[in-house]
Amino acid sequence: MCQPIKKYLTASLPNAHPLHTYGSVRKRVKCSFIYTYIHIGSESTIKIKMQFMLLFSRQGKLRLQKWYVPLSDKERKKISRDLVQTILARKPKMCSFLEWRDLKIVYKRYASLYFCCAVEDQDNELITLEIIHRYVELLDKYFGSVCELDIIFNFEKAYFILDEFLLGGEAQETSKKNVLKAIEQADLLQEEAEAPRSVLEEIGLT
Amino acid sequence: MALKIVKGSIDRMFDKNLQDLVRGIRNHKEDEAKYISTCIDEIKQELKQDNIAVKANAVCKLTYLQMLGYDVSWAAFNIVEVMSSSKFTYKRIGYLAASQCFHESTDVIMLTTNQIRKDLSSPNQYDTGVALTGLSCFVTPDLARDLANDIMTLMSHTKPYIRKKAVLIMYKVFLKYPESLRPAFPRLKEKLEDPDPGVQSAAVNVICELARRNPKNYLSLAPLFFKLMTSSTNNWVLIKIIKLFGALTPLEPRLGKKLIEPLTNLIHSTSAMSLLYECVNTVIAVLISLSSGMPNHSASIQVSLRSIQHYLGLLAMSKILKTHPKSVQSHKDLILQCLDDKDESIRLRALDLLYGMVSKKNLMEIVKKLMLHVDKAEGTTYRDELLTKIIDICSQSNYQYITNFEWYISILVELTRLEGTRHGHLIASQMLDVAIRVKAIRAFAVAQMATLLDNAHLLTGNTQRNGICEVLYAAAWICGEFSEHLEDPLSTLEAMLRPKVATLPGHIQAVYVQNAAKLFATVLRGQEGAPADRTVAQETSQLLIDRLPLFVQSANLEVQERASCILQLVKYIQKLQQKDVEVAEEVTALFAGELNPVAPKAQKKVPVPEGLDLDAWINEPPSESESEDEGRKPKGKAVFAKEESKHTKPRYTEVDEKELAKRREVRKAEQANNPFYIKASPSSQKVYQDGVGVEHIPVVQIDLSVPLKVPGMPMSDQYVKLEEERRQKDKADKKKKDKKKRREKGEKGRRRKGDSGPESEEDITPAHMVDITTEEMPENALPSDDDEKDPNDPHKKSSKHKKKKQKKEKEEKEKKKKKKHHHHHHHSDGAGDESVQNGNVEEEEPLPVSNQSSSIYSMCDIQGNLQDGSQVVVSVIFENKCDSFIKAMEFNVLDSLNSKLQRPEGAGPHDGLTVPFQLPPGISNEARFVFSVQSIVMPQKLKGTLTFIVKTDDSSTHEKLDFKLHFTCTSYLITTPCYSDAYAKLLESGDLKGSSLKLEGVSQPFHHLLARICFHHHFSVVERIGSCASMYSRSIQGHHVCLLVKTADQTVSIDAKCDEPGLLGNVLDEIKLTFSQC
Repeated sequence: MCQPIKKYLTASLPNAHPLHTYGSVRKRVKCSFIYTYIHIGSESTIKIKMQFMLLFSRQGKLRLQKWYVPLSDKERKKISRDLVQTILARKPKMCSFLEWRDLKIVYKRYASLYFCCAVEDQDNELITLEIIHRYVELLDKYFGSVCELDIIFNFEKAYFILDEFLLGGEAQETSKKNVLKAIEQADLLQEEAEAPRSVLEEIGLT
Repeated sequence: MALKIVKGSIDRMFDKNLQDLVRGIRNHKEDEAKYISTCIDEIKQELKQDNIAVKANAVCKLTYLQMLGYDVSWAAFNIVEVMSSSKFTYKRIGYLAASQCFHESTDVIMLTTNQIRKDLSSPNQYDTGVALTGLSCFVTPDLARDLANDIMTLMSHTKPYIRKKAVLIMYKVFLKYPESLRPAFPRLKEKLEDPDPGVQSAAVNVICELARRNPKNYLSLAPLFFKLMTSSTNNWVLIKIIKLFGALTPLEPRLGKKLIEPLTNLIHSTSAMSLLYECVNTVIAVLISLSSGMPNHSASIQVSLRSIQHYLGLLAMSKILKTHPKSVQSHKDLILQCLDDKDESIRLRALDLLYGMVSKKNLMEIVKKLMLHVDKAEGTTYRDELLTKIIDICSQSNYQYITNFEWYISILVELTRLEGTRHGHLIASQMLDVAIRVKAIRAFAVAQMATLLDNAHLLTGNTQRNGICEVLYAAAWICGEFSEHLEDPLSTLEAMLRPKVATLPGHIQAVYVQNAAKLFATVLRGQEGAPADRTVAQETSQLLIDRLPLFVQSANLEVQERASCILQLVKYIQKLQQKDVEVAEEVTALFAGELNPVAPKAQKKVPVPEGLDLDAWINEPPSESESEDEGRKPKGKAVFAKEESKHTKPRYTEVDEKELAKRREVRKAEQANNPFYIKASPSSQKVYQDGVGVEHIPVVQIDLSVPLKVPGMPMSDQYVKLEEERRQKDKADKKKKDKKKRREKGEKGRRRKGDSGPESEEDITPAHMVDITTEEMPENALPSDDDEKDPNDPHKKSSKHKKKKQKKEKEEKEKKKKKKHHHHHHHSDGAGDESVQNGNVEEEEPLPVSNQSSSIYSMCDIQGNLQDGSQVVVSVIFENKCDSFIKAMEFNVLDSLNSKLQRPEGAGPHDGLTVPFQLPPGISNEARFVFSVQSIVMPQKLKGTLTFIVKTDDSSTHEKLDFKLHFTCTSYLITTPCYSDAYAKLLESGDLKGSSLKLEGVSQPFHHLLARICFHHHFSVVERIGSCASMYSRSIQGHHVCLLVKTADQTVSIDAKCDEPGLLGNVLDEIKLTFSQC
């Protein structure tokens, strides 16, 4: 369980290339867009790009879950139970994508942890795989050679990182540096608030 | 106060923090649930305290427990408390907990509105950030409505960190509160040009997602995105934009042409696999939308496909296969390689692809490769899958791709060597199907089956549950039925009567016994006449007499009965043989008559013979016999009084059971006293075998786990070679017989409608033909083409039903009258697959008929003829409702200028048509009449008369009925599906003229209204948005009719367009009539 995930980072995704190379998109583009009528489908057809993300161990224990679609606790439990079983039953050499109900599941195993995302039917599986990989890289940078225990004991931090990286199922920041900077600053803010709060101070004895 | 704070802080020092909780749970693996329940109690205590730090700690622990699957909804209010703490540390935990635990039905969310608003406007960007992140998880329609303005303001925040989050969360807000889209959109569009790349990509994200939901409205943004695509180097953004273009191209074909070039550039230049895949997908979409194939571009796809991961590559190929089968077919080898992959899902995808890829040319090759895989495959489920796929591939569209059936039979025979497959019956049914339908193959099939029977021990193997023995069922039947093709029927007969057969399942044994008798007949016929062989014939009889008793003892009733019948028969024959009587002919006569294949639709085409009423009771239904019933039913009559048909049944079974029990007793007693009765026991076989003689001492068959090659069976591989040769020869011949060939081709084309194979395949003539359509119809089948009508058509059923009801009501009012009836009917013709739905409102004329007993009842079907836009077929069902015989019916219609009844050549314009049947009492039959209609613009009423003779026992009277046929304009319309883009183009073209209609006081729901128009007037809904729908239909002469139906409080307005204003006006009048009736 303490096996660092980092080891797997270098080996995985042989074709992965850094995606965030911002170019010059500053050219002013003029477009005569006349706003007419925009219609978003009815409630039932609403779908979010990424539906949920699950982290679970080889033993099937859930380590982290993030849901981007509103579901009741009961449904969430059922889905995660079914999915964890399905994925654990797959052999190591098998493909990382599978069609499950009407969703596409993209998963990858890093050391003892499975990272698993559910995306919509039309979405790009490979970019989802890259999102998973990017998240693992972020965890690794933040914790410094991250292992499963880091995520178990600092699960709120893992959530904070995820929230800085994805928002509402969309990738909000593609630069690793920016994500980590935001997290560090927020942590700093937290420590500032906590540091002077010794017990004695609190009761006014200083 | 101070004291309280001290107490709280000290408590806090001793409280568990999250780490302690996690550690604790890990240390209590055995009694985790118990440990957690104590923890939850502690947390409840902690939450009661005033100290916010304690509360935050408790909430943090709860969040962890929530993940483990414990219910924490009771703490929702405490979470809100922690959220509203002024300290960032706690606020962060509070929002995290909220985002994990809250969902739309959480009621405390209402309380958070003001708190969130405060946080959003906080000077600290991280406060705002957490609030936005949290909101993205639990935003409700109410929150979205209340906070939309605040978030919109944040979109122009000075910090890109906030702008980025605000832009992304706007998408969620739009989904929950669509009204916010209109005011927010201009600002969102501005963000596409934001100086910060993060904000920009967020804006692209949101707009692309919006556009994917409803591409049409975003077409005007295409130039902007096109520029972004060519200039941006951010792959995440590129993927989004390319996906958006994939959705836009079907709407704007010109876009596709423009896209091809930059996309191909990207395909060649990018190193990111995900971008490559997205490009390929979009290129495929573009190619599909541009109907003309572009071979040079599909070549570039092929290059890229190779490099993509197998699974996705296969997925993409299956998309290409639908439109460009040729470009995929060249990857056959690659796909066959995928069959070796470890991942089953990849192998199954590859199999699916193969199914679509076969042609006459490559079928043998592909199946050969598959057969290799069958041998290699581990795991029975996958092997079974392969087996079914092989059979599916070969038998698809009526064996379209099989050119050599000998090859196919030998493939089937090879498949029987598979061990432990569940699909024995599948192979068996294929064998039967081919042997019966392909006459030319029978001799070969019989020879193969005979070897199969001879080597049956290899199939039955060591396991009883082996499904493959089903094949023997087919083998035995084929050998018996087509025994005239057998070279050595005697040895096959011997093989079928081996003692080991008794271990086969009962239904197979039954077939064995029956077919042994058929073989016996063949043997006799072959041997009689030659006096030297007389002894052989007698020996054959003796063989049967010796072996059949084994089957007579079978536990299976079917086997037992057949065996004892045949045994007696053979014994009798033996006696005759001993008297030197020629019996062969008579025995053969037992099984005379050739079996012909029958098409599944054949039964429908046989007319019901005159005088046969399938609905009439053969015997009067049993009346309730009270005395018996009351005695037997303890529950009393009231319960069952209404279920007459039901309660008769249990009564009979009761009797049966009692009697059965009695009989069983008697039989048992008999058996006990009968010394010759051998009770069913495992040793029963042995007992028998001991008595038979030396040659039948069971020889132990060696069961080898490695499938043996059955001697004498030709390998399917040989056929591949032979086939090659044959084709070469054919080619050579073809040049000589060019003329003859052309005729053949025509024939083939007719038989194989919809043959979509490449043209070059026409060169390959099949070695055997499947007899299907030509011979599988019974002789007296009606030459109608209505076999395509869908029996499950809901329209048809429901309309019939409804009309019948109407009819009954009217019948009550006026007893003596003739009814003209129409019902909906589906008809497909070969040229297009459009179904023609025609209905016509009946016109009923009450007519006093002189003879009081006569009442004819007729139903009418009107079918437009698509091939000829001026022809309408009316089928009338006549039913005799009176007690007398009706004959000499003559149907006549007074022609109008516009519509004429088509009469046979030579008949005058006022002559009636004789109805080609007579009607006994209670019988109905159908007749068809063709009308030619010139203009379909006007509705039409045709007057007509039906004359007939009513024949009673002593006299006959001549009678006449008048009726009217009403051809409404609606009945000339055909329900035709139409895609929204084609529809839009049609409206844009400007050829159509408009008209409108307003209906007041329609209270039914909108979808009922649409359904009504669809049903009664043959329209199809093109698109429906809220209380507005567009509908389409087409007339038999090709006029387009478009409707736009809107509804607002009980008023329905219909705007209609059609290229024929007259027709449109009449259709609208008819729609109005429909709604005024309800």
